[in-house]
Amino acid sequence: MEINKLTVSSSPHLHSNNTVLRAMLWVLAALTPATLFAVYYYGAYVVVILLSSTAAAVATEALILKLRRKPLRAAVDGSAAVTGLLLALNVPASAPWWLVAIGAGVAISIGKQVFGGIGHNPFNPALAARAILVVSWPERMTRWVGPGLVSAATPLAQYRAGVAVPAHADLFLGLRPGSLGEMSVFLLLLGGALLIYLKIIDWKIPASFIGTVALLTWALPTEGQTAFFAGNPLFHVLSGGLVLGAFFMATDWTTSPLTKRGRVVFGFGAGLITAIIRLYGGLPEGVTFAILIMNACTPLIDRYTLGKSFGSTRGAM
Amino acid sequence: MNDIKVLWRGIFDENPTFRLLLGMCPTLAVSIAANQGLGMGLATTAVLVASNILISLLRSVIPDKIRIPCFIVVIATFATMVDLIMAAFVPALHQVLGIFIPLIVVNCIILQRAEAFASKNTVWRSALDGVGMGIGFTIALLMVSAIREILGSGTLFGLHVLGFWQSFEPMRIMVSPPGAFIVLGLLIGLINSLSMRRV
Repeated sequence: MEINKLTVSSSPHLHSNNTVLRAMLWVLAALTPATLFAVYYYGAYVVVILLSSTAAAVATEALILKLRRKPLRAAVDGSAAVTGLLLALNVPASAPWWLVAIGAGVAISIGKQVFGGIGHNPFNPALAARAILVVSWPERMTRWVGPGLVSAATPLAQYRAGVAVPAHADLFLGLRPGSLGEMSVFLLLLGGALLIYLKIIDWKIPASFIGTVALLTWALPTEGQTAFFAGNPLFHVLSGGLVLGAFFMATDWTTSPLTKRGRVVFGFGAGLITAIIRLYGGLPEGVTFAILIMNACTPLIDRYTLGKSFGSTRGAM
Repeated sequence: MNDIKVLWRGIFDENPTFRLLLGMCPTLAVSIAANQGLGMGLATTAVLVASNILISLLRSVIPDKIRIPCFIVVIATFATMVDLIMAAFVPALHQVLGIFIPLIVVNCIILQRAEAFASKNTVWRSALDGVGMGIGFTIALLMVSAIREILGSGTLFGLHVLGFWQSFEPMRIMVSPPGAFIVLGLLIGLINSLSMRRV
């Protein structure tokens, strides 16, 4: 043993204690307040959704790793659990357990493992699975409910229908119907701030994403509201899945750009698509599709925002 | 290469859909239900066998420089015949398959077999090649369409095979275009991994 410690190895010699597991545990910790709020707001059934989604994600990951003859350790590195939890936070509280279990299985299998597992997926697995669920079971994925699981409209749907929407303070605290994890902007901001402080996520993506949505929803006219620069940006920022998406989904390491400028472009693009879908699209909410479309653009963004290497006359392409 | 191998090749080793990745358009577009897949596969097989035989017969007559137009004329003749025959005898299926029956003319499997095999081989072998490739294509279409129909509609050939499962809710993405890509991609991956293990 003593001799092993003296082995001379090649560089790099610097070592940090950053591991996937450590980062994923911090992400889970950052999501915990918003998750507990969903349990408090909707009731104990939410626990069933959360558990079936997370368990199905980890089980699918283990099964496919076994089939691919890869070390099973990767199934418990926390990334599958985060995917499962994020998917559960993106469904209505009325969702049956089997729906989220299928979704989590799809997220890990079609969203992640077919591309080669962690670090190789082009799309955010949880959002890809959510899109598949929305197309497959549209009425179940849009059956929004309030406390006690009585059906209720989301603020964005109310806004679009032209009826009264909850007050800004209620939206900020999360006292409104929506996907399990998107409701309490306050708790999501706490979690997001923690991740930014720990440098697990970069502030540039959420800042440019939310900033673009705010700017465009303020500046652009809509059907019912034909004047320019007269929108309600605060409402748009506080409602829907924008804060959840901007802090926890758009910042996914694998599917967002590596360069600093690229991250700003990424956030801007996602904000642009979200604002266009919300203001002019057929659906009330567009964060899922905005992030997925920008995921597809990520390799291109990285390519065009890569800096010049020192001494070269052309961009490092 | 013996005759059996010529026949067998199209079914597995050089399966047009899973191995050569030819004929993707009908595979993706008319595989919503198993009867569509079967009908499309058999119609393509009929055109493939007939055009392989005729092109093989004409292979010393067709000038090299204009061979592709000649192949297309032969294929278009048979595709039109199949189109009219299906309209007369299976009008319901013909209605569902619609434009994809005349489009067999531009199905790359048929042109590729004419170019790569029938124009260089005897009539008997070309016929066997057409049968093998046709069966391979039909099996592939049947696999994709059966999976899509069971998951997306809960039926198989229109029969309620999941009738015992009362609470089954069909996964509707399977009968929409993305479902075709997902099923086809997973099947190709599965077959690749199986054949890698065999070698």
